[in-house]
Amino acid sequence: MSVSLTVNGTRHELDVEPEMPLLWVIRDELGLTGTKFGCGIAACGACTVHVDGVAMRSCVTPVEAVDGARITTIEALAETSGAGEGELSALQAAWVAKQVPQCGYCQSGMLMAVSALLTENPQPTDEDIDAAITNVCRCGTYPRVRAAIRTVTSA
Amino acid sequence: MAFEMKKPSRRQFLIASGLVGGGLMLGYALSGPSRRERAGSAAGAKDGEAMVTTWLKISPDNIVTVYVPHADMGQGVITALAMMAAEEMEADWSLVRAERAPADLAFANEALRGFFLDDKSVPGMLKGVNQYAWYKVAEGMSLQITGGSSSVRYTGQAGMRVSGAAAKEMLVKAAAARWNCAESACTAAMSTVTGPNGQSATYGELAAEAADYSPSANPKLKSRKDYTIVGTPKPRFDIPGKVDGSAKYGVDAQVPGMLHAAVRLAPVFGSTVVSYDASEVLKRRGVKQVVEFPAGVAVIADNFWRAKEAALALDVVFDTKGNEATSSDTIFAAQADAIVNGESEEDVEMGDAAAAFAQDGAEIVAAQYRVPYLAHACMEPMNCTVWLRDGKADVWVGSQDALGTRARVADVAGIGFDNVTVHSLLLGGGFGRRIPVRAGRSEFPSEIDWAVMIAREVDAPVKLVYTREDDIQHDAYRPAVTSHLRAVIGPDGYPAAWENRYVYKDDPEEAAHIPYAVPDQSIRVVELPTEIPRGPWRSVAHTQHTFFSESFIDELAHRAGADPLGYRLALLKDQPRHAAVLKLAAEKAGWGGRLPQGHYHGLAVQQSFGSVVAEVAEISIVDGSPRIHRVVAAVDCGEVIHPDTAAQQVESGIIYGLTAALYGEISIEDGAIVQTNFTDYEMLHLSETPEIEVHFVDSDAPIGGLGEPATPVVSAAVANAVYAATGNRVRQLPFKLHDLSSVSGKFAQAAD
Repeated sequence: MSVSLTVNGTRHELDVEPEMPLLWVIRDELGLTGTKFGCGIAACGACTVHVDGVAMRSCVTPVEAVDGARITTIEALAETSGAGEGELSALQAAWVAKQVPQCGYCQSGMLMAVSALLTENPQPTDEDIDAAITNVCRCGTYPRVRAAIRTVTSA
Repeated sequence: MAFEMKKPSRRQFLIASGLVGGGLMLGYALSGPSRRERAGSAAGAKDGEAMVTTWLKISPDNIVTVYVPHADMGQGVITALAMMAAEEMEADWSLVRAERAPADLAFANEALRGFFLDDKSVPGMLKGVNQYAWYKVAEGMSLQITGGSSSVRYTGQAGMRVSGAAAKEMLVKAAAARWNCAESACTAAMSTVTGPNGQSATYGELAAEAADYSPSANPKLKSRKDYTIVGTPKPRFDIPGKVDGSAKYGVDAQVPGMLHAAVRLAPVFGSTVVSYDASEVLKRRGVKQVVEFPAGVAVIADNFWRAKEAALALDVVFDTKGNEATSSDTIFAAQADAIVNGESEEDVEMGDAAAAFAQDGAEIVAAQYRVPYLAHACMEPMNCTVWLRDGKADVWVGSQDALGTRARVADVAGIGFDNVTVHSLLLGGGFGRRIPVRAGRSEFPSEIDWAVMIAREVDAPVKLVYTREDDIQHDAYRPAVTSHLRAVIGPDGYPAAWENRYVYKDDPEEAAHIPYAVPDQSIRVVELPTEIPRGPWRSVAHTQHTFFSESFIDELAHRAGADPLGYRLALLKDQPRHAAVLKLAAEKAGWGGRLPQGHYHGLAVQQSFGSVVAEVAEISIVDGSPRIHRVVAAVDCGEVIHPDTAAQQVESGIIYGLTAALYGEISIEDGAIVQTNFTDYEMLHLSETPEIEVHFVDSDAPIGGLGEPATPVVSAAVANAVYAATGNRVRQLPFKLHDLSSVSGKFAQAAD
């Protein structure tokens, strides 16, 4: 099956099985490795990308379901957030300022999930954050994730 | 984590060399005493005994690069160790860079071959048998392995600090010679030496001349009060790449021509493959090959998803070797039986505990504790990329011990150690899981072994990736352990005798020991082999024993009608570090003060990996389960090198321990692991994360580790708070097994 995707601004025509998860199209067919494989069943959020601006767990998203969609991965988060060439988005800068990541593996998904939340709800309550950010982090960066979100929302 | 932790016992000294194009390279070397003099210079290295393990480099452009022989799994060690070297060196931090030293001899070989002015000086030490010998030395010295919370304690103190100070001395000597003045008239600061008459030269300008001097093995180290870098929260070097997707982990390895492997592993441990039918999957799109190995069958394809789907579709028959009879029930029953009837070995025997328990009318308290197996569940599933060809292997992996991986790959591939190159990538979590099987340590093979066996059959680089299900069901687990505890209560309410009988001796040896002043102690262990793979898990044996000992002492305090804090302090008169952290945590948490309605405190303390940690947990019971509102930790880790990453490690350790305490259970039925993924091996989420406060005591104690010591304390702190809240003494983890909605005994009354 031929699928058409625009990933980080570049259009791709791909001949892949319709049920192949978007994650593996991104990682193994397009070679973009910033989006991570964590669980394969949408239980951890490491694979979160934006599909037409909405956070989606790509490990369970069949590529046919996003045919024609505009996909953003972590590699283009800064650019799609309006950051200048070589600059970070405000959210990524907050992540650096709060020194959020430890091993860092879940952080691509964490950032994509948070940025989608803030697009939809720029001033989330703590309950909103709890409900929306269900990504798993084994290093326990959660307190700093919340603190970094707060530096952006209170700005 | 659980490797043999030997303190550096061999003589240590530094060697220096000029760099091609100018500059200075300083290494930390190990050798027998007879070689000390000669190995103090590059010439000595020729003899094969000066073995560079960690070093720093000054380039003519005045950049200092610190090569750190440890894996940064997020604990910030690359940054912290660079800070220690830069501090002693009086380097300008903005000109300091740090990298993980490619922890294999190919790097040492190639790099040093180029860097030493005398090319011939290097190969002798890096050829043939010396390479493996060097590996063995480095292994014993803990200089290549990241675990045991050892990096800052050992490498930092003994390696980085001394290297930095020696480099500074050499730079000052070079400046004094250049300006024909006394060394004492020169000052080193901010990567520049200044002279008595306004002369000035950067480290980069002086480096080539400095390389002519022999570095001192005992340079003068700075006093803590003069620190300008150590003790400040320098931004970590590894963070930028972790917020823009550019950081490369093992699973991100991309090698031209690479294929992908997914496995179908035998669910029952110890099984072997009898037969399988690959005819259907070999017709699938992208599937190249099917490869059998002892524990399963691998499908090789041009994309991981295609390989994984095909592996799932394979029909494989395994011989389970009778191990299908094993279950959690049979294991715990065997443990209970072994403790009562098995042959025990001495762990601690102090005073005469047997007599104390045998005394007529002795008031004896007994309790039986146990904890289940646990998986590590690193966020990055296990993986290993191997390219085997022409008797050589290239391996791309994130490992806590790159040299150990190299040795293991050589063993499994049946090729020489020097024919293996390990390309170190980042680790998406370690926690003890990414320490490879090492000779003599464990008989349990791992994905590294399978990756090599698979690669042997494939005419291309091949990346093996475990699914999350493979990862949860084929880990090297934190062992399930049972402990039977007894105490004789003295007339004053304090324990006069302490007895512990438990199964399975693990590292560190002191894990089951108690800090409390109990005159008669008998702590004994019974070995009980099982086929379930075991491995080090963050804080290793402390994870079980802190829960046991710190819960049981709490039982004794409540039995005596005493405040659990005061009861402990009375027994810790000879343990000032324990007492100090307990008092600090209690004070900061408001111990004994008013709490919101329905909230209760519990506390615990433990020394591990050279640090002492006390934690106070504030909980309430919601729908029969503990809800953790706040954890206050007080830590004595000696000097704090990097206050921010130090606090971060404590936060991380608490959340890791809390996840295990609340949810962690790997259970076994019919010889196989029951849990499959994050749905049934549950994780703590942001919404459940308590407020965490970390306080460090000002301490002159030797530097302690921080990656692990916060983890084991929290389960006992929560269990003790649960008792305070409900009167239910939880003696088996995790808490999810218990319905705590009803309160018992005196607490039922008190709650009305």
